[in-house]
Amino acid sequence: MNDWLTATFAVVTIASAVRLATPYLLASMGEAVGQRSGVLNLGVDGVMLLGGFMAYWTVLETKNLLLGVVAGIVTGAVLGLIYATVTIVFHAEQGISGIGLYLFGLGMSELLFQEQVGTPLPIKSFSTVRIPLLADIPKIGEVLFDHSLMAYAAILLVPVLTVVLNKTTLGLNIRAVGENPEAVDSLGVSVARTRLITIVFGNAMAGLAGAALVIELGIFQNNVTNGMGFIAVALVYFGAWRPAGVLAGSLLYGLVTAIVTQWKTAGLVTGAAASFTSMAPAVLTVIALVVIARRNAPQPSALTHPFVRGH
Amino acid sequence: MSSEPVAVRLARRGNVLVPLGAVIAALFLGALMILALGANPFEGYWELIKGAFGGTDNLANTATRAMPLLLVGTGITISFRAKVINIGGEGQIIAGALLSTVTALTVPGLPPIVLIPLVLLMGCVGGAIWGGIPGALKAYLGVNEILSTIMLNIVAIQLMNYLLRDPLIDPLEIERGTRIPQTERLSENADLPILIPGTRLHLGVVVALMAAVAAWVFLWRTTLGYRVRAVGASAPAARYAGISVKRMTTLALTLSGAMCGLAGAVLVFGSESHRLLTDGSSSGFTGVAGFNGIVAALFGGLHPLWTIPSSFLFGGLLVGANAMQRAIQVPAALIVAINGLVVVFVVSSTSIRTKLTRLVTLFDQAAAERASPGELQSADREEVTP
Repeated sequence: MNDWLTATFAVVTIASAVRLATPYLLASMGEAVGQRSGVLNLGVDGVMLLGGFMAYWTVLETKNLLLGVVAGIVTGAVLGLIYATVTIVFHAEQGISGIGLYLFGLGMSELLFQEQVGTPLPIKSFSTVRIPLLADIPKIGEVLFDHSLMAYAAILLVPVLTVVLNKTTLGLNIRAVGENPEAVDSLGVSVARTRLITIVFGNAMAGLAGAALVIELGIFQNNVTNGMGFIAVALVYFGAWRPAGVLAGSLLYGLVTAIVTQWKTAGLVTGAAASFTSMAPAVLTVIALVVIARRNAPQPSALTHPFVRGH
Repeated sequence: MSSEPVAVRLARRGNVLVPLGAVIAALFLGALMILALGANPFEGYWELIKGAFGGTDNLANTATRAMPLLLVGTGITISFRAKVINIGGEGQIIAGALLSTVTALTVPGLPPIVLIPLVLLMGCVGGAIWGGIPGALKAYLGVNEILSTIMLNIVAIQLMNYLLRDPLIDPLEIERGTRIPQTERLSENADLPILIPGTRLHLGVVVALMAAVAAWVFLWRTTLGYRVRAVGASAPAARYAGISVKRMTTLALTLSGAMCGLAGAVLVFGSESHRLLTDGSSSGFTGVAGFNGIVAALFGGLHPLWTIPSSFLFGGLLVGANAMQRAIQVPAALIVAINGLVVVFVVSSTSIRTKLTRLVTLFDQAAAERASPGELQSADREEVTP
């Protein structure tokens, strides 16, 4: 195979890796902020499903992509308020109540889909935005500067969140609440309010991720995420709770998925072997988890611990 | 005691009443949803109850549907008692189903009396391997079990998709060119016997009941089970007492996986088609039992014996949901959403239960003080303060 073909192949693969990584990136950045404040949310997949459905339905009815995206975010935020009540007010076990949130989103999205839409009608998808001049740079241009607005927004959020977490009072509060809520409380900062902010933000991001996925696909079907939300949670650990780390994890996951898809279309792996390669991202993540665990990555000390004053 | 205020008497029953209240609250919200969808909730729930518990056929269906929930729920009980969260039920069910299927394909000629126990055992082994890996990873390398079990779910689904599309595919499917990803009809010697002729009720239900009782005996009547619970109650204290926390953590997830794997084997050999098939996702084969089993175990108070009626109830909800869908055209997915609410409510009510227990203790203390002022006062106080 000549060099030109190989290079084109690589460009297409990396470009689709960025596209595939976007929902993972959005969802795991939200989850990372929540975990930084000491709250684990295993319901991301359910929130993505319901947020994705609401976005799909809104676009179907209004033909307006922006409204669809807003619907996804709002749905996520509302579910976030519910999850915040459960974890902050009732001090519920986070690992398990997240599964409840997942089942609720899974059931509700299927219920509403069958009741309100029935057959999977296609909706219009994001159009890509070519950044003038930059996108014309051979090879690199297409990889970096020819994506949907959603992908740009997701990647732009990485430095923004890094600054917010590390350089602002809110960020300091979030990190402190995740490490030592008792100390923060004694200084007069509200643990509950800080966690309320991170939980609503994290779930709104999960809703946005669902919207991004569904609009990118241009279609909704039952259980359309197929466990993507759970992978997003794992990517937070993979990225060691830092937005940049989460970006690296999402891109790697997207890249492996894109390569596998490319191989399938190119006929390099055929039939049954294709599903064998589909498990590669999951296996990679387990290996990464082992490596990270050995490195003793600093997990927020108060992760999954409900805060009860005086305990 | 008969002069006790009603509130205190109710509070004493908190352990039963609070989860029950959580389910009623979830069903109430479900009724509001049915109403919002323009149907009659009373009619809907009546059809659901009839469809789940009315008549032998429906009861048999409910019991069959409850069986994987009970097995998974029993497994969840064991791991949660050791403070290990097992979200990998789906993957462990698939692993058990795959290994038992391979066994039945390898030695199809064995007599039923040997083959049935063998395939069930291999189901346990498959699930135990799939649960043991994250267990050992957690115990010895500190890998978070929630994440590793989730990832292993994905690996198991893809492994099943691969095996059923190529090495294990029914030769007939290749011949006909249809290539539906499923095995051939498995050996008739491995069919789980039907208990009540004319229904779908098979031996798997008995197996599940026995497994639940065995888990109870293990957890509360053996030294090993005591150690597992000790690790769950307080790992540092258990370590101080000389219990190997690492070994117990691994054991808890291995046993939990074995129960889920057994569910997988029972699902294959008790199925109507008597073969393993995939639709590409996990829920196609498991029916989300890996997650719904968590609901059943939680509602059963993480107690294997209470998980029996609990799984029967949730199995009934799942079976009845289909009857409800037929009668009032509300999608059966409503029950999945209600299950989610049940989990959220039951977990949220734990703090309410703790408060009720404290209320009862305070009341008893006050009563004791009234009966004999001054006595035992300090000792009681110490017990109350956490």
